[in-house]
Amino acid sequence: MIEVCGVSHRFGERQVLKDVNLALTERRIGVVGANGSGKSTFARLLNGLLIPDEGRVRVDGIDSRDDVKALRRRVGFVFQNPDNQIVFPVVEEDIAFGLKNAKFPREEIPRRVDAVLERYRLGHLREQATHLLSGGEKQMLALAAVLVMEPRYVVLDEPMTLLDLRNRRLVQEVIRGIEQPIVLVTHEFDHLEELDRVIVFDEGRVIADDTPGAAIRRYVEAMA
Amino acid sequence: MLSLYVPGHSPVHRLPAGVKLLVLAAGSAALFVVPGVAVHAGELLAILVLFHVAGLPWREVLDQLRPALILLVPIFLFHVFATDWVLGLETVLRILVLLFLAVIVTLTTRLSDMIEVLEKAMRPLRLAGINPSKVGMMLSMVIRLIPLMMREAGEILEAQRARGLDRNAIALLVPLLIKALKMADDLSDAMDARGYDPGAVTPFWRGKGTP
Ligand SMILES: Nc1ncnc2c1ncn2[C@@H]1O[C@H](COP(=O)(O)OP(=O)(O)OP(=O)(O)O)[C@@H](O)[C@H]1O
Ligand SMILES: [Mg+2]
Repeated sequence: MIEVCGVSHRFGERQVLKDVNLALTERRIGVVGANGSGKSTFARLLNGLLIPDEGRVRVDGIDSRDDVKALRRRVGFVFQNPDNQIVFPVVEEDIAFGLKNAKFPREEIPRRVDAVLERYRLGHLREQATHLLSGGEKQMLALAAVLVMEPRYVVLDEPMTLLDLRNRRLVQEVIRGIEQPIVLVTHEFDHLEELDRVIVFDEGRVIADDTPGAAIRRYVEAMA
Repeated sequence: MLSLYVPGHSPVHRLPAGVKLLVLAAGSAALFVVPGVAVHAGELLAILVLFHVAGLPWREVLDQLRPALILLVPIFLFHVFATDWVLGLETVLRILVLLFLAVIVTLTTRLSDMIEVLEKAMRPLRLAGINPSKVGMMLSMVIRLIPLMMREAGEILEAQRARGLDRNAIALLVPLLIKALKMADDLSDAMDARGYDPGAVTPFWRGKGTP
């Protein structure tokens, strides 16, 4: 379970999160809110990319202040722009990157890379240069590179925003198939509707935390 | 743009990266010690055979190398007038051998393999407090960012042309730099998120235990 207790955070003068308290127990949780409302900041807390000024974030009891590395191993993170999260110039090298970091046995890495490429239908792109992939293929690679690590939780920060309709559907399909609990930041109601719980942020505060239907209504009201 | 690595399974591809880099280093050093047009012509021939064995795309490579190859003409002419044509030929052959050797190594070796070798070779630098993993990662970042930045530059130029701006170095470099910094920032987050950890290195004069 991911717990967020009494978290506040500021960037310089600007208070970005204000006293956020949440226990993320559901399997599929959505996060929605206006631009600048603190969604990405919240998401980055969950795998220790950011340590809060105040309060605590715990994943299966591990505090992000005590052991960031353990936290990051448990929580995978997919960013909005696939260009900025692909680290290596060749597809299979990029998938192997995280495995090498996690000190997987050398002989085991190619096997895992193969399996994940097959699974996400990227097999034919194995030796392709990453900068030549289409936007959809890039995001698929980014997802595969995170999922190959078998994290216990997956946080996704607007993973479909930059994609066209077709690729959105493909990526959405992959996200639906993720077995681990997920936290999905998105602006799209039709993605939110199929989740178990939706949290609405407004100016750094949680203003709703409910079933998708009720939360979306509250969000629309707040935006009016 | 030709991507750096051309995938393949030729014997040249399968040769360990360390061996290839060693041959490249030793070969380029030897090139300037060993004299003789015939020797260099023989080397060039051998390299062209390797090129063929590795199944590299001739045309694209020659296209990429064209500026460098054109430069050989004035070099040769300079020697003809300043010294003699034999020396000119030798110099041109040397450069060609070096060029093709380097091209073969970069086109048949994965970046991550190359970096791994460099990291091993740089291990002694740890004593001086330099972290080989960080240097290696920096190199791969630069190579990874080049195509992205080229595309970015193209987009910025187009946007400026659309607004009727003339070509202007500052108007290109400033947004490009901002973009590069943002990209580097995001990339370092993405690397952290995937557990990248170059480890800490302390120079020998600070000893163990001090940060
Ligand atoms: N590294 C940073 N330094 C300074 N300010 C930041 C930083 N990151 C975010 N902010 C500010 O914090 C506020 C919340 O940003 P955040 O990215 O969390 O919003 P968001 O809800 O994800 O917005 P969007 O929908 O645009 O992605 C914004 O005003 C932003 O400018
Ligand atoms: Mg955001």
